[in-house]
Amino acid sequence: MEYSYYPGCSLHATGVAYDKSMQATFKALDAGLIELDDWNCCGATAYMSVKETVAFTVSARNLALAERAGRDIVTPCSACWCVLNKTRMYMRKLPELRQHVEESLREAGMTCKFDLPVRHPLEVLVNDFGIDQLASRSVRSLNGLRVACYYGCQIVRPERALEEDQEVPMALENLLAGLGATPVPFSPKVRCCGGMLVATFESVARELTGRLVEWARVEGADCIATTCPLCQANLEVLQEGGNGEGTAKPPVPAVYFTQLVGMALGCSEREVGLHHNMIPLKFEFPQMEKPTTQHSPVSPLGKGGNRGVAEPAPTTEAASNV
Amino acid sequence: MPWPTGLESLPPEPGIFGKTEREMQEAFLAEIDRIPGGERLRRCIQCGTCTGSCPVSYAMDLTPREVVAYFRAGAIDMILRSRTIWVCASCYQCTTRCPAGIKITDLLYALKRVGFDQRAFPEKFPVYVMSETFVGQIKKYGRNHEAELLRKYFLKTGVMRMIKQVPLALRLFRKGRIKLTASKIRGIEGLRKMIARAEQLDEPRLVEEVQPLTRAVGYQAIG
Repeated sequence: MEYSYYPGCSLHATGVAYDKSMQATFKALDAGLIELDDWNCCGATAYMSVKETVAFTVSARNLALAERAGRDIVTPCSACWCVLNKTRMYMRKLPELRQHVEESLREAGMTCKFDLPVRHPLEVLVNDFGIDQLASRSVRSLNGLRVACYYGCQIVRPERALEEDQEVPMALENLLAGLGATPVPFSPKVRCCGGMLVATFESVARELTGRLVEWARVEGADCIATTCPLCQANLEVLQEGGNGEGTAKPPVPAVYFTQLVGMALGCSEREVGLHHNMIPLKFEFPQMEKPTTQHSPVSPLGKGGNRGVAEPAPTTEAASNV
Repeated sequence: MPWPTGLESLPPEPGIFGKTEREMQEAFLAEIDRIPGGERLRRCIQCGTCTGSCPVSYAMDLTPREVVAYFRAGAIDMILRSRTIWVCASCYQCTTRCPAGIKITDLLYALKRVGFDQRAFPEKFPVYVMSETFVGQIKKYGRNHEAELLRKYFLKTGVMRMIKQVPLALRLFRKGRIKLTASKIRGIEGLRKMIARAEQLDEPRLVEEVQPLTRAVGYQAIG
């Protein structure tokens, strides 16, 4: 399988570990991740608030490039995913705006039909590969890793990257549980991290990330798994002192979900960029082995609906005793 | 800012406003018309689900529910003068939960655009500076060079704020998360042409909007 890879600006800087872990994960799966040639910034939310036609045109240029390449476009940055997908959707619904955008694209000899889907790697991993296949290809179990699965906003709202409940998505929990990890109950999983408010209203962003971190800490999570470069940066940077220094409470590391998937698939810590994380993940990844546990879906309420108690996935023995 | 002052600004009839105010509201209504499903605004029952769902409503002076109420009362200048539109982190929680299907986040974006056009904020306003700097980056490189964006942003909004960020920048740098050189896309000339054309196409709309001065706004406009 081959995909057009749209990393987005963050993945070349603060989100470099997301870029590395994406490439490593897809390589381990023998899937082609071909960077979209000469891609430009998606425009992000800042551009959307200035000029409408300009914002959609800037974003549409990438869709036009992807159409030329002819492969589904995969973008790990939630904000990029949201903006590119919104552009595609609006162009299909608003003929007048589309005319303006197409006219602007023609200035550089480009055209776009807006047919090609824009996809997030979480959805690609779950749908194109499947949790069972990922589990069978994994060589290192994440057994014992307690993880708070955090989706953030933009891949569940306003449009969904996955056909799932917008309030209680479970794909990430199922994926990581399938690889042996233990998802902890994490109700604020679709609450906002503050996004760009980190630069404009920092105290507000600090409050929002603080609540997320506190929740994960109370549940005893070893880390928060994120799907977005801005969420990950905010969660790390805004934990007081930037890396948890000077806080009475222990900091909670924030990792990219692809870092965990990559580790399970046998990549090295360096390959998935764990050395770029500011709060080190204190978890001893086991030596390469074949996991013995079978994947079982996680209930949205946690195991047995018991908040605060996250049991390890049942083994086949326990299941046969019932 | 040219807010109407004195008698000439008093509405001749409820829902019909003085010229300046009317121009602003016309511009705003045109913005709303462009949002798919924008007409659903009239279905608001003021239930407050948006405010209850909003993670940043605690930091707003007008809550999202109040924004809709103020709009329907025709008091758009009150909305533009509030900090609400600038604090919105565009997380879309209000939009997905609204029982009337009103796209509140897009509404706030539309208000933000009107706010930018009207310069409805103080000098060195962080949100405005951030947007302007961001747009400058795209026109210059085609991509956003994070380090330069933040350096320029903090320089414009206050040098002290930048100095406070230095330890963090150093930590990020040590972790290999700051790229020092910006990379320009090959198609930058084409992109600039596209943006120039799109800017032209964005402009005439604003002139058209102020033509039909007799059009009713506020409650009258939304029925």
